[in-house]
Amino acid sequence: MIWQIDLIFLAFVLICAIASIMVKDLLSSAIIFGAYSFLMCLLWSEMGAVDVAFTEASVGAGVSTVFFIVAILKMTRRSKD
Amino acid sequence: MISRFYDVIIQTVCRLLIPFIQVFGLYVIAHGHSSPGGGFQGGVILGASFILLCLSHDLQELRKRMPLKMILLFCSLGVMIYAGLGFLCLLLGGDYLDYGKLHLLFPVNEIQSRSIGIFGIEVGVGITVMAVMVSIFLNLAAPEAEN
Repeated sequence: MIWQIDLIFLAFVLICAIASIMVKDLLSSAIIFGAYSFLMCLLWSEMGAVDVAFTEASVGAGVSTVFFIVAILKMTRRSKD
Repeated sequence: MISRFYDVIIQTVCRLLIPFIQVFGLYVIAHGHSSPGGGFQGGVILGASFILLCLSHDLQELRKRMPLKMILLFCSLGVMIYAGLGFLCLLLGGDYLDYGKLHLLFPVNEIQSRSIGIFGIEVGVGITVMAVMVSIFLNLAAPEAEN
């Protein structure tokens, strides 16, 4: 566990988390949320929790992004507010 | 909802990649008790391979490979394997999910029977998770009339 790498990943996680809330386009929000999940996966595997990182990579970055995109197909793409 | 989108590169690459993804999912399930991974992760990878089939081809292709009845059957089959193994241990005189008692049925010693029991549980969890992932995707993607 190297705290410099942890800090870099954590900064990227924070940037992705704030960006996925602030962005107006729902499709880009879903894609940034996938990037957030993948960075969380990197953070966890760097901390030594390989099993959690595996779950995050397959569920968070893989399947749930597809679910979000399929749900966005059924609504208007741009946020109203 | 998802109609056929003709692209030779995407279809060929996905057709070549999907069997390897499925073999990797089976590997993750089979090595779940000795390395990272397990029933849930392997099931999600297996389900994602079917979702990739639907995304790269179309909904009818997925329906052809995995009909709705098969999905419902798999959903309940995995739970049945899990609960069945648990009650089998109960019938053999142990506690619920006490795999050590399985050595009365199979020609193995008690330690190996614990390993086999955990493997059976992983297989049950993997089957159910795979079917549920595909079923959530179909509920979201298919038109309402087909659900």
